[in-house]
Amino acid sequence: MFAYVVRRLIYALPILIGVNLITFALFFVVNTPDDMARLQLGVKRVTPEAIAKWKAERGYDKPLLWNANADGAGKLSETIFYAKSVRMFALDFGRADDGRDIAREIRRRMGPSLAIALPVFVLGLWATVSFALVLVFFRATAFDLAGTVFCVAMMSVSGLFYIIGGQWLLSKVWHLAPISGYGEGIDRVKFLILPVLIGVIGGIGSGTRWYRTLFLEEIGRDYVRTARAKGLSEHVVLFRHVLKNAMIPILTGVVVVIPTLFMGSLLTESFFGIPGLGSYTIEAINAQDFAVVRAMVFIGAALYILGLLLTDLSYTWVDPRVRLE
Amino acid sequence: MIEFKPVLLWSDILLFVLLGLTLSGAYASWRSEPMRRQWQRLGRNAAGMAAAMVLSFFIVVGVLDSLHYRARLPAQGDTAPVYGVEVLSVLDALLMPLKTNSEKTYSAPLAMRLFAKEAVEGEVGRDFPRLRYGGAHLGDDEENHGWDVAVQVLGGLGASMAIWLALAWRLRGGGPGRAAVRWSLLLLCLAAGPTIALAAHYHVLGTDKVGQDVLYLALKSIRTGLLIGTLTTLVTLPLAVLLGILAGYAGGWLDDAIQYVYTTLNSIPGVLLIAAAVLMMQVVIDTHPDWFSTAAERADARLLALCFILGMTSWTGLARLLRGETLKLRELDYVQAAQAFGVSRRAIMLRHILPNVSHIVLIALVMDFSSLVLAEAVLSYVGIGVDPTTISFGTMINAARMELAREPMVWWSLVAAFSFMFALVLAANLFADAVRDAFDPRAAQ
Repeated sequence: MFAYVVRRLIYALPILIGVNLITFALFFVVNTPDDMARLQLGVKRVTPEAIAKWKAERGYDKPLLWNANADGAGKLSETIFYAKSVRMFALDFGRADDGRDIAREIRRRMGPSLAIALPVFVLGLWATVSFALVLVFFRATAFDLAGTVFCVAMMSVSGLFYIIGGQWLLSKVWHLAPISGYGEGIDRVKFLILPVLIGVIGGIGSGTRWYRTLFLEEIGRDYVRTARAKGLSEHVVLFRHVLKNAMIPILTGVVVVIPTLFMGSLLTESFFGIPGLGSYTIEAINAQDFAVVRAMVFIGAALYILGLLLTDLSYTWVDPRVRLE
Repeated sequence: MIEFKPVLLWSDILLFVLLGLTLSGAYASWRSEPMRRQWQRLGRNAAGMAAAMVLSFFIVVGVLDSLHYRARLPAQGDTAPVYGVEVLSVLDALLMPLKTNSEKTYSAPLAMRLFAKEAVEGEVGRDFPRLRYGGAHLGDDEENHGWDVAVQVLGGLGASMAIWLALAWRLRGGGPGRAAVRWSLLLLCLAAGPTIALAAHYHVLGTDKVGQDVLYLALKSIRTGLLIGTLTTLVTLPLAVLLGILAGYAGGWLDDAIQYVYTTLNSIPGVLLIAAAVLMMQVVIDTHPDWFSTAAERADARLLALCFILGMTSWTGLARLLRGETLKLRELDYVQAAQAFGVSRRAIMLRHILPNVSHIVLIALVMDFSSLVLAEAVLSYVGIGVDPTTISFGTMINAARMELAREPMVWWSLVAAFSFMFALVLAANLFADAVRDAFDPRAAQ
């Protein structure tokens, strides 16, 4: 098991290097640092000195890959590639345009992101799986048809609508929760209710449909017929047999998401004014803060790879036939 | 007779190429017996056919909006003809009154007066000023407003019912698919008739902050949504099909390399990769203003670049599916037989593998469409979508985001954008389900 994890981590390395190369190519080769400087300082009427100063402040005044003017190892390390891309492996992300340390900012903002994303994830999973089980219990009836139509309709509504409509209805008309903001301690809960509720509702349509297909596929299997034949009631069949056997496909889709919960949700956080990583990313995009976007891309990819590893490990937990060698 | 000079934007060309490819593909598959049976199965699916009718309405609007031209300006003496800078479309020409009849600011749907009080000339105090165009034909006769609206609605309903009866007579008989076509046509006629009748004299969906007609904006948004949903496939399709089949069939180091590429691309969270790529594209476009002669061309380039980026980030899923399917097909008897006969690898992939995975490709593309339309709105809201001057559902929602918080509330822009988008995406989802049911061999059993 331990050897397996180590080997998987080693396999992850080339993928992370690939991600790193893609971001490096996007941010430094497609556009030179000069282009970025010109864009941020305004395209017209920009002096070469201003560009040089902008580059020097951010450490972009080095050669891309090979520094012929430095000595020894400096030829490689005194470059943009080393300073901005390779150092990310050591979780050194440098500074944002406002001068703050990105790594510290990320640590600070993980909490609020998780406070939204975790409840949305857990409650959403519970709601969609239960709803799907109910639909499967009443399969091939008018209720099942109505539920499926309802899910397709829910899927067809823009995520923006759930947020804007939810804020309007629950906060402005019914005054049930504050529209946006974030607090400290127990105070925080009342700010979390609305975004969590909206996050769960927004995911019901596609989630339920997905699990309903999974369960319907399982329910046609022989072991289900055997269970029914020996006189088990339908809900015992559903909960004890179908749900357990559907765990593998469920885990495939679910576990990979868990690490990326840290990243937060861009839309929810920016609409509700929650100081998490999602709103951090949006602010960086709007301010064209390339260093922050680069760091978020790297972290997102690393967390996703971690998710894939956890998925494989979780199979051993639900399915005794799976052995990791 | 208006003189004009046709303008072909790159997105128009690509859209028409795609339309041509789709039509010729549909024709080719119609000629093969088993494929035709699947199309016929699609034709018997009531929900699918109703969705197809609604979709075709959107497509007609989108295609009309893709026929661009520049109108000739009134001649100044006998100089050479001068053409306006603004690139218009046939849809603009049809909706010209809606496009040009701008009010000063917000006005509610079907209103005759502005939404906010202003100081009115020749009066003491502030009042709701009369609209310039909304209900202008009534003059000062404001008591008859409700009466006039009712008359227009009834007139529109009457005309549309007459058209529908004629169409329904032509389409009589047939199975559930045909019946669904009739009913969805009725729905479309019922919605369109009164709207067209009213739009001649009122702002049916009100006006936005700068006084533009919301109905016009919503109709113009359709093209952007359709383009994002369809042109992206021009990128995904070749990449996914080529690399997916190649990885599955060739195996070895080629398989490893292709798998590595798509795992790497896949492991970057989609929104972030799109954000990074769009930011970089913006830098390229902003630092080369000389590449584009008109604002429309620049907006068009940005739209195409967005499609390209969305395509680059979304081909991986389909490629993985195709690789898996090819791995399965490779071991089947007919492929083994072809290999034994010495058929070249390229011919096997083209003639034996590709036709047998085409249903997966079709289903995946139709399924992707709706999520791409929804993604456009979100991306434009985040600020990494289409050009801010391009009219799209995303830019409409973005401009109206604070309107529900106003007192009194302005709801019509958001409601219009969300309902048009809902209709488009719902129709696309239902159609995708019907396509899957008709073409997936597993669903057929």
